[in-house]
Amino acid sequence: MTKAVEIRSVSKVFNLGRPNAVEALVDVDLVIEPGEFVSLIGPSGCGKSTQLRLIANLLEPTTGEVLVNGKPAHRARLDQDYGMAFQQAGLFEWRNVARNIELPLELKGWGKDRRRARALEMLALVKLPEFASHYPWQLSGGMQQRVAIARALAAHPPLLLMDEPFGALDEMTREHMQDELLRICGETSTTVVFVTHSIPEAVYLSTKVVVMSPRPGRIIDVVDVDLGARRGVETREATAFFRKVTEVREALRGIPAAHREPAVEAE
Amino acid sequence: MRSRSLVRLVLPPVVFGLAFLVLWEGAVKVFDLKPYFLPPPSSIWTRFRENLGLIWEAASVSGTNALVGLVVGTVIGVALSFVLARFRVVNELVTPLAIALNAVPIFVLVAVLNNMFSITSEVPRRLMVSIVVQFIVLVNVTRGLRDIDQTHLELMRSFAASEVTILRKVRVPNAMPYLFTALRIAAPAAVITAFVSEYFGGSQNGLGSRIVGNIAISANAAAWAYVLAACLLGLSFFLTAVALELVVSPGGVGSPARDGA
Repeated sequence: MTKAVEIRSVSKVFNLGRPNAVEALVDVDLVIEPGEFVSLIGPSGCGKSTQLRLIANLLEPTTGEVLVNGKPAHRARLDQDYGMAFQQAGLFEWRNVARNIELPLELKGWGKDRRRARALEMLALVKLPEFASHYPWQLSGGMQQRVAIARALAAHPPLLLMDEPFGALDEMTREHMQDELLRICGETSTTVVFVTHSIPEAVYLSTKVVVMSPRPGRIIDVVDVDLGARRGVETREATAFFRKVTEVREALRGIPAAHREPAVEAE
Repeated sequence: MRSRSLVRLVLPPVVFGLAFLVLWEGAVKVFDLKPYFLPPPSSIWTRFRENLGLIWEAASVSGTNALVGLVVGTVIGVALSFVLARFRVVNELVTPLAIALNAVPIFVLVAVLNNMFSITSEVPRRLMVSIVVQFIVLVNVTRGLRDIDQTHLELMRSFAASEVTILRKVRVPNAMPYLFTALRIAAPAAVITAFVSEYFGGSQNGLGSRIVGNIAISANAAAWAYVLAACLLGLSFFLTAVALELVVSPGGVGSPARDGA
């Protein structure tokens, strides 16, 4: 089966050959299967956003190779094989909500009626059906982020790339958006690569948490999260959840798997 | 609620303006100011009504000059800003030049332009207006085409959009509020420039020339009546620019998209 993402011995150096050269990523290997939800977590400047942009082909690797859907990342970008959402919703303020969602379809050359039908379908999916003709500034931060997700998924790409999409939201909205994201990705069976610096968020959402070291970024561990496909409020309070949170935290601190605390974190 | 906020917006300046006129009228009466020193608003208003036909003619001449200069200047300014936004080198070459040109005292240019064309030509005045307008439009629109949200750029690249598509779908719409900001400044500036240009020779048919003419014969109230007309002309240009913006801007009144520059 074709892998959703394959990163093969990728390194990234910014300003290569200049005095201000920065080694952002060193020798990264990662394989993501279709249907997985993979979080990239690590301290600021660990290259997790860089890694996401390499998958998106917004950056080129210095060495190594990135495949998306079995194709070179560049080809996958031109084929719009992925959708992307950022920390800022990045809606175009001169377009109403429906026309924001239609933008990727417009660029694909879809006709007007087909575009509008899909936009309304996506708005129903993100539970904002009555906001089609609103403008971005009339929506709250959480609602804007939903529209951004609807836009990223409008063309039904098999892969969704997200760069700290809930980073600017308050805790309540954030938890709600996490549940919504799990529901939406479940319904659309989308593979997700999710950059975050929140350990509970990574654990709650993911099937796999990729733990990265401070700069230069390397993958120091990959923690499998087997909390089941259906997650909800109970999951957030479950012992297994806290155990995973502890495991990721210890991995972040650089404690090797064999020496990690097996005990349950106090609640 | 909107009508109430409109009242709150309009009422204070109107009340202030009326109070000012009453004070002015009163001061002229109380201190027995001579008409050659300061005519009272009532006699300015009488002159204005008596000379309405002449004033209208003069206002059309100055207004047409301002409008032609405004349109030509805007078109050239927008065209130049596309070139500037595209090529950094051109930007570095042209911007200092544009600033230098704008810093030249206006009357020097009018005098030079007047020498280049026949004495009865309106072309020098229109050229002068378009130069002033061009600069305002150029500076603002270039910024609007260039200052693009980083997220928007990455997003467009993730959609595999070409530079031309990014220009059409992102840069141009992003520059629209900047263009309207420029027009809000340029529209009254066009009137002022058209008006001041008339002070430096050429045909004596516009508002500016009429003011000079009336002052020369000590017809102060008549001169003030032309000043009033000039104010109204400038105001109507400004309000037209604002109205145009309201019609074009998405989401209408209150949209933050309007607060570009």
